[in-house]
Amino acid sequence: MNQSNNPVIRFSRLRSLWFLAIVYVSIPSLACAGSEGPKLGKPATNQEISAWNMTVFPDGRGLPSGHGKASEGKQVYERLCVSCHGVNGLGGSSEELAGAKHSLTDPNPDKTIGSYWPYATTLFDFVRRSMPPDSPGSLSNDQVYAVCAYLLHLNGITPESADINASGLSQIRMPNKEGFVRIDEPE
Amino acid sequence: MFYANVNEMVGWPTEREVNMNQNLLPLEFNESPEPVAGGGLLDRRLFLRHGIALGGLAVMGQDIMAADFDRPTWMLKPGLPFSNYGQPSPHEKEVIRWVSSNPAVPGNGISWTPLHLLAGTVTPSGLHFERHHNGVPQIDPAQHRLLIHGMVNNPIFLSMDKLVLYPMASRFCFIECGGNSNTGWHNEPTQSSVGNLHGLVSCSEWTGVPLSIVLEEAGLQPNARWLIAEGADAAAMNVSIPIEKALDDAILAIYQNGEHIRPENGYPLRLLLPGWEGVTQVKWLRRLEAADQPAMTHNETAKYTELQPNGKARQFTFIMETKSVITHPSPGHALHGPGLYQISGLAWSGRGKIKKVEVSADGGKSWAEAELQEPVLSKSFTRFRIPWHWDGRKTVLISRSVDESGYMQPEREKLVLERGKNSYFHYNAQVSWSVDTEGRLSHVY
Repeated sequence: MNQSNNPVIRFSRLRSLWFLAIVYVSIPSLACAGSEGPKLGKPATNQEISAWNMTVFPDGRGLPSGHGKASEGKQVYERLCVSCHGVNGLGGSSEELAGAKHSLTDPNPDKTIGSYWPYATTLFDFVRRSMPPDSPGSLSNDQVYAVCAYLLHLNGITPESADINASGLSQIRMPNKEGFVRIDEPE
Repeated sequence: MFYANVNEMVGWPTEREVNMNQNLLPLEFNESPEPVAGGGLLDRRLFLRHGIALGGLAVMGQDIMAADFDRPTWMLKPGLPFSNYGQPSPHEKEVIRWVSSNPAVPGNGISWTPLHLLAGTVTPSGLHFERHHNGVPQIDPAQHRLLIHGMVNNPIFLSMDKLVLYPMASRFCFIECGGNSNTGWHNEPTQSSVGNLHGLVSCSEWTGVPLSIVLEEAGLQPNARWLIAEGADAAAMNVSIPIEKALDDAILAIYQNGEHIRPENGYPLRLLLPGWEGVTQVKWLRRLEAADQPAMTHNETAKYTELQPNGKARQFTFIMETKSVITHPSPGHALHGPGLYQISGLAWSGRGKIKKVEVSADGGKSWAEAELQEPVLSKSFTRFRIPWHWDGRKTVLISRSVDESGYMQPEREKLVLERGKNSYFHYNAQVSWSVDTEGRLSHVY
């Protein structure tokens, strides 16, 4: 446990907040109980935030500079991805990525990137943060764009020659964009 | 093996054990109590009224008469010395999580809580179910920090040594994987134990800092509607959470059942969102980004969405609707002849408290209300129990829960009619166990 710079002040601050520590499970909302804490957070600088932040939003916010083509992405895919996701994005042990034969209303639907995923930006976000499983974070931004280009091409969404970058990726309208109904989102 | 009291009769014998030990008989009862529903269900307060006398009368009496009054070996010499951290008895080595993972990516998979081998409402921390996307990170708490940024006035880092100085709250709540029970969507009922069918749910006491307190410090901007939460695992797993939940009952959890959270449950810090699907309760939490929109991450688009028959998928299905399941007896257990038994199980709801659990012992033709173990806590496991006189004939046991919103756990037929069979997630239909004349149980629709 950290020693405060001023233990006396810290202690009295905590004492004045003792009632917050006793929050019974019967109280449905913690927010109304008086949301004041000791405010010990260390300010984060813009530089630190950009080093940590890797969220990519559907409108393209968060996409880095860089670009890549399907031909380059195919090389990366065949080296790092094919063992789990299969040749041409299907038939592997992990989720199917391309080659949907059955529609979403079929008794055996194929939920691929092309048939199911609502946003192309998700592809960049996920590949950059999570793939490949044995060395996540090892791909350069150009390689991630290239893998996106390859998988989008495999799904018939972009032409083979497309050089995908931040602007191009965020402008892609996925076939199943309207395929989702939000259930528990607050009004 | 014998049971001192019927209320502790949790270690139901397996079919194998019954064959080995014919002394395991059903409870006996002097007078025949009136059934309250078909199939021999008895008043839920029967055991409470008769209590110990009933237990003493039954199995225990038989064992005592057979007992040898010599001291057992463990009474003839001093026992083992003290230990720094206690472990379960070596006789309980079969009470473990069953692991199922992708051979190509061993860190991506699940392990199930053995619900059929546990009692009460608290899941031991070491048996809490697991769902990892790329393994359990080995985090040094001295180096772990939580960044809160995005649409806030004061972006901050919080280290663990600072976070533990904040006001804390404790609560019991269950955590359930959105994919729990999902073999229920299959055309044929899967034959396995309750733990392996429904054990992607566990219940603990969690202690930590109410998220609202640190969000207040960071100063949420008025247009912040979502929080993007990210873990410090190899998958850097991320999901989007509506700000309303973050300000309601969300907790930055540091402790589980009184001790620091186990590594596989998010050590040193996890997001706790009571009643919501497990994937949103990000483990190894390292970043919360306030935003005006969801990030539409992999795990809230490609996964954890439920495709319906009309081709549209349900998304942001955060709340785990009520579910109940009879854990005792259940497949793998064995009834040892006609007589008095206690049916027991678990119920829970992401919408609040369990209001009522009803049990049928005649395949759903009639129902009787089960006794709920107190205290009944919101968004937590609720143990239900009801005595049952089995007449030795073939029958089907079912349970159904009702939560405080008034919603009742649906019949399978109704759920499938509404959602089809390709939802994959959020299966919460009633569960049926058939009992054959030999006392063997199996899963049926």
